[in-house]
Amino acid sequence: MTTGRTQMPMTATGVTTHVWGPAIHVQALEKSYEDVEVLRGVDFDVARGSIFALLGSNGAGKTTVVNILATLLTADAGTASVSGFDVATQAGDVRESISLTGQFAAVDDILTGRENLVLIARLRHLRDPGGIADDLLDRFALADAATRRVSTYSGGMRRRLDIAMSLIGTPPVIFLDEPTTGLDPQARIEVWRAVRELAEHGTTVLLTTQHLDEAEHLADRIAILHRGRIIVDGTLAELKGLLPAATVEYVERQPSLEDVFLALVGDDGTDGDAGTDRGVDTDRGRR
Amino acid sequence: MTTHFIGDTGVLLGRSLRHVTRSLDTIITTTIMPIAFMLLFVYVFGGAIDTGSEPYVDYLLPGILPITIATGISYTAFRLFLDMKSGIFARFQSMPIARSSVLWAHVLTSLVANLLSVVVVVGVALLMGFRSGAGVLAWLAVTGILILFTLALTWIAVIAGLSATTVDGASAFSYPLVFLPFISSAFVPTDTMPGPVRAFAEHQPVTSIVDTIRDLLTQQPVGTDIWIALAWCVAILVVAYTFAMVTYRRRISRGSA
Repeated sequence: MTTGRTQMPMTATGVTTHVWGPAIHVQALEKSYEDVEVLRGVDFDVARGSIFALLGSNGAGKTTVVNILATLLTADAGTASVSGFDVATQAGDVRESISLTGQFAAVDDILTGRENLVLIARLRHLRDPGGIADDLLDRFALADAATRRVSTYSGGMRRRLDIAMSLIGTPPVIFLDEPTTGLDPQARIEVWRAVRELAEHGTTVLLTTQHLDEAEHLADRIAILHRGRIIVDGTLAELKGLLPAATVEYVERQPSLEDVFLALVGDDGTDGDAGTDRGVDTDRGRR
Repeated sequence: MTTHFIGDTGVLLGRSLRHVTRSLDTIITTTIMPIAFMLLFVYVFGGAIDTGSEPYVDYLLPGILPITIATGISYTAFRLFLDMKSGIFARFQSMPIARSSVLWAHVLTSLVANLLSVVVVVGVALLMGFRSGAGVLAWLAVTGILILFTLALTWIAVIAGLSATTVDGASAFSYPLVFLPFISSAFVPTDTMPGPVRAFAEHQPVTSIVDTIRDLLTQQPVGTDIWIALAWCVAILVVAYTFAMVTYRRRISRGSA
């Protein structure tokens, strides 16, 4: 189950390509906290413009991997590079080409949604921070709440703002650490939609999750991190191929509670509004 | 990276100043305790305290100012702690900015917020009859000492904010600092205190700072006190800054997870 470097970069406008090769390259990464070995030799590559899901249970070390790649932590051993830059020796260049959306929506509660976006645009030294903020507010359906303090936002709105903040400056690589943890099903679909849109624009997305269906829905490639090692790495089809061939059974398909919930409340993602009823067709299987 | 230091610090300073202006209650709660002490000591205990010919409020104000600052810096630790906990600190650290600007923005905000509180407390003292014939230079010197004192305590607050694991822990460190002026010349002259207490009171930093401010405001010669006061402030500043940087680096390499 080794990862190939076959996929050529699907770079879109505005995305800088440093070298040909994987957007993220991780080799023999090790990290311990005191005596606890969290990572015990992690290897994986992420092709440019793809969505890569790092799957694992709580405490598997997913956040540790992300934090090392985001230059927030230093590894004990092994190498990692993002956009061809080494995370240890070229941390500044790595930070230029990434954006991190951490496990908890890292937004400023006291500022308004718009001020949060302007803040990040200013810190990225971009021209016209106000215009950038307004664009993103529209794109993430936050325009109506733009001048409200973030402390009044719902969980889904916070996450959308959080992701919008990560897009400022169009970094070619985005890390999303458990982007849908703690969100209701509607908000989760909104986030999925945003993530897909990112990949369509050529951004490389590394996503961690403990929800198997999330990886199944979003990821081009899935790796399972277990006890500090990647135990499998491949496409969904390849992962499914690891098990004996499927047997055909006829099962009456009952709607899941999630289907019922979404059908009743509408899943178009507009906050507060009842929204149009799109029936039980969720994003399931559309990919 | 360092080319952006000033710009990035400015942007982040603007952000945390908004935190202060949008929660002005933090200024009020910072000033309530020092004002309460001032009222209590001037109108209740003051009559029994012999400070010579000058009105007691004139004697007391220089001692109330360090208490104001010691109370105010707990909010600096609090704001920093919330940034660590909410993950926005990590977000800033993962961005292409001058990393140290994140801490400096908090430090400068602390300075602004504390100076605001000091102005409020001085205003209340004026209402209570505080008067000073000190000139511009003397007031500038007082401001300078207070700025240095605030910076010194702020870097202690940075250590607390970076290493705390709970909100209470982030602000509790300031209690001893608030209490320290009580065993100094802040409220009563030290010569009435029993031997060991007096020895401590006369040799701890607050007394030299309070005495210097008092001499400046009452137009007395400051003597060597000002140098002792400055030496204390600079020494605390250097030690606190060094430890804050050690804490910061440890925190960075360990991550916030």
